[in-house]
Amino acid sequence: MEKGKVRLTIDGRETVATEGMTIMQAADAMGIRIPRLCYHPQLSLLGACRICIVEVEGQRNPVASCAFPVAEGLKVRTSSPLLRRVRRDIVELLLDNHPQDCQTCERDGNCELQKLAYSLGVRERLFAGERKRFPVDSSSPAVIRNPEKCILCGRCVRVCEEVQGVSNLSQQYRGFTCFVAPAHNAPMAESVCIQCGQCINVCPTAAFVEHSHTDEVLEALADPNRYVVIQAAPSIRATVGEGFGYKPGTPVTGKMVTACRLMGFKKVFDTNFGADLTIIEESAEFLRRLETGERLPLITSCSPGWINFMEHFYPELIPHASTCKSPMSMLSTLIKTYFAQKAGIDPQRIYVVAVMPCTAKKYEARRPEHQAPWGSPYTDAVLTTREFIWLAKCLGVDFQNLPDGEFDSPMGVASGAGDIFGATGGVMEAALRTAYEKLTGKACPTLDFEQVRGVKGVKEASLQIGEGRINVGVANGLSNAKRLLDAIVAKSKQFHIVEIMACPGGCVGGGGQPYPPEGEYVLDSALIRARAKALYTIDAAKKLRKSHENPEIQQLYREFLGEPNGPRSHELLHTKYSAKLPRGVK
Amino acid sequence: MKAPVERLPEDIVEYIRQCCARRHGESYLIAVLQKIQNRFGYLAPEWMNQVSELMQIPAARVTGVATFYHFFSFKPKGQHRLTICMGTACFVRGAGKVLDRLKELLKVEEGETTKDGRFSLECARCLGACALAPVLVVDEKVYGNVTPDSVPKILGQYGWNEKK
Repeated sequence: MEKGKVRLTIDGRETVATEGMTIMQAADAMGIRIPRLCYHPQLSLLGACRICIVEVEGQRNPVASCAFPVAEGLKVRTSSPLLRRVRRDIVELLLDNHPQDCQTCERDGNCELQKLAYSLGVRERLFAGERKRFPVDSSSPAVIRNPEKCILCGRCVRVCEEVQGVSNLSQQYRGFTCFVAPAHNAPMAESVCIQCGQCINVCPTAAFVEHSHTDEVLEALADPNRYVVIQAAPSIRATVGEGFGYKPGTPVTGKMVTACRLMGFKKVFDTNFGADLTIIEESAEFLRRLETGERLPLITSCSPGWINFMEHFYPELIPHASTCKSPMSMLSTLIKTYFAQKAGIDPQRIYVVAVMPCTAKKYEARRPEHQAPWGSPYTDAVLTTREFIWLAKCLGVDFQNLPDGEFDSPMGVASGAGDIFGATGGVMEAALRTAYEKLTGKACPTLDFEQVRGVKGVKEASLQIGEGRINVGVANGLSNAKRLLDAIVAKSKQFHIVEIMACPGGCVGGGGQPYPPEGEYVLDSALIRARAKALYTIDAAKKLRKSHENPEIQQLYREFLGEPNGPRSHELLHTKYSAKLPRGVK
Repeated sequence: MKAPVERLPEDIVEYIRQCCARRHGESYLIAVLQKIQNRFGYLAPEWMNQVSELMQIPAARVTGVATFYHFFSFKPKGQHRLTICMGTACFVRGAGKVLDRLKELLKVEEGETTKDGRFSLECARCLGACALAPVLVVDEKVYGNVTPDSVPKILGQYGWNEKK
């Protein structure tokens, strides 16, 4: 036998596996799918649910295959009358302690527990008994927690701690009264939750869901006094197709625009225009800081999950964050000022809906800093990609058969630099394309900054720009970001500009993205790469790839804003942050 | 009773610092919580937050650990702690009736504290003094062969009277 390899038998078939693998991994490699529930390939092992039990010759009881390592000569059975009965019993017990409201549940048809119950042949409820009762926590504008639907798989606890470094959730109390909650069972709105929504992504049931805005949007669409417009974030065009049967990574920009029109939105704007504008404002801010040497590195501010994280965990870095509003908020502000003025519409009649890959955007939209002077928010409603898909289906949109449409103008033209905002490193690349030309006065020799692309958690590069070197740092997933942020706080590394995206992979891995189709799973780097590739393909195919060359942006400054970072920009496009309590433990 | 918002006393803070300086400092979490509970009889949220901050353990995990153990209490205790033994020997000799009497006189349930903050009532599994069954412990003092009718007299020694 080759060193480091072992031979074992699974279901009568011999196989060779690498030492250190688990039985589940060895079975997966052979095309044998052992049922599972609490297991998640990107999170630590818990072995809590016992669904993945298998029989191993010589072991008295079945063992959890997710945690049991392979060994030479192991004889494993993944299916037997005993295993089927025990697995079914476990799921029956879970179901019995679970609300019986599948047909009216947010996750109906999309629930791992439901699918598992079906595939294991649970057809009747055998253990009718007392059921746990907990109130729903809808205090947060972004993430709703419903402990009655929780099956205590612990994925949310693990993702919050291991991937996001937030550790807001933990199991509280024990046994029948055990539930997952923030410290002191505090409402989510009063916790260190950063609203990123990754708990929603990994939850197998509806114990975590987004705070839905679909009802408000439907109501606005039906109101003849409202002028309802929509904007779609860069990453939506790469992911929304998944909800309509397309393979992950299929760009569907044109169909998405047509769908918006069919749904009744009067104008369809491109958040990428806001992204281009962010680049203009942010690079002007960056160049000014480079000149004075103050508050370096500049840290990007597009990701609202990161902004929340900064306010709770790294308030000392607030002076470093760009004061630019996010692309969504910039665009919403301009819709109710610039566009309203141009089109002669009372801005108070305009209702702005934003389709975002993100739950934290729901929180951002409600921040008092993003309110119009007349007291209502610039962004009235935020739909996650998932909610948008549902709404389109609800309104009878036959997505696959739609012709391609074009965004409305003005604020519908965007450069490729805007498109790549949806992937980690994209904001940095877009900023570099513009900053290079502003710094050197020369055309950028390459538009592809490969050093900052890819799904790696932390990327660092030192780039020769004109006479000087610019040190850049890019991080996605907040546990990864901590490494960069700690280095900045300790001044052990000298960066000039840093991009932080709260979610793994950037917005394409956002907390509001579609639950992946069968066979794919969230946080998978292959899924994130496929989605990101769609954005880079769109960018590469465009003639217009630099934000500052966008003619509609130039027109906007001429007609309305004046100078980048000028007084009008500052009034409308910039914001401020403040330390928030409770303070998080880094 | 409202939880005091004061910070932990300096000696406990010093104890936490010493724990953190040791290897696997975070593994002293339960010891730290015990120390606080032994001093004050319960764990106030503010103290758990301070433990989280000093030990750099996320607050959700601190409360997760504290709520897991039956031993930890989150409500302030009364001036006097009444513990009635519910072990087998005490129970067969009428501890249940003694408990009922205590609840009736003090108008509290098991695990609660009287409105005036004077008494809190708890049950214990077995205090190991079966020869004296049924046993009632007030603070550190042990009372044996307790009957429902002897309860008012015992309480009277700690400032209780029926009219109040």
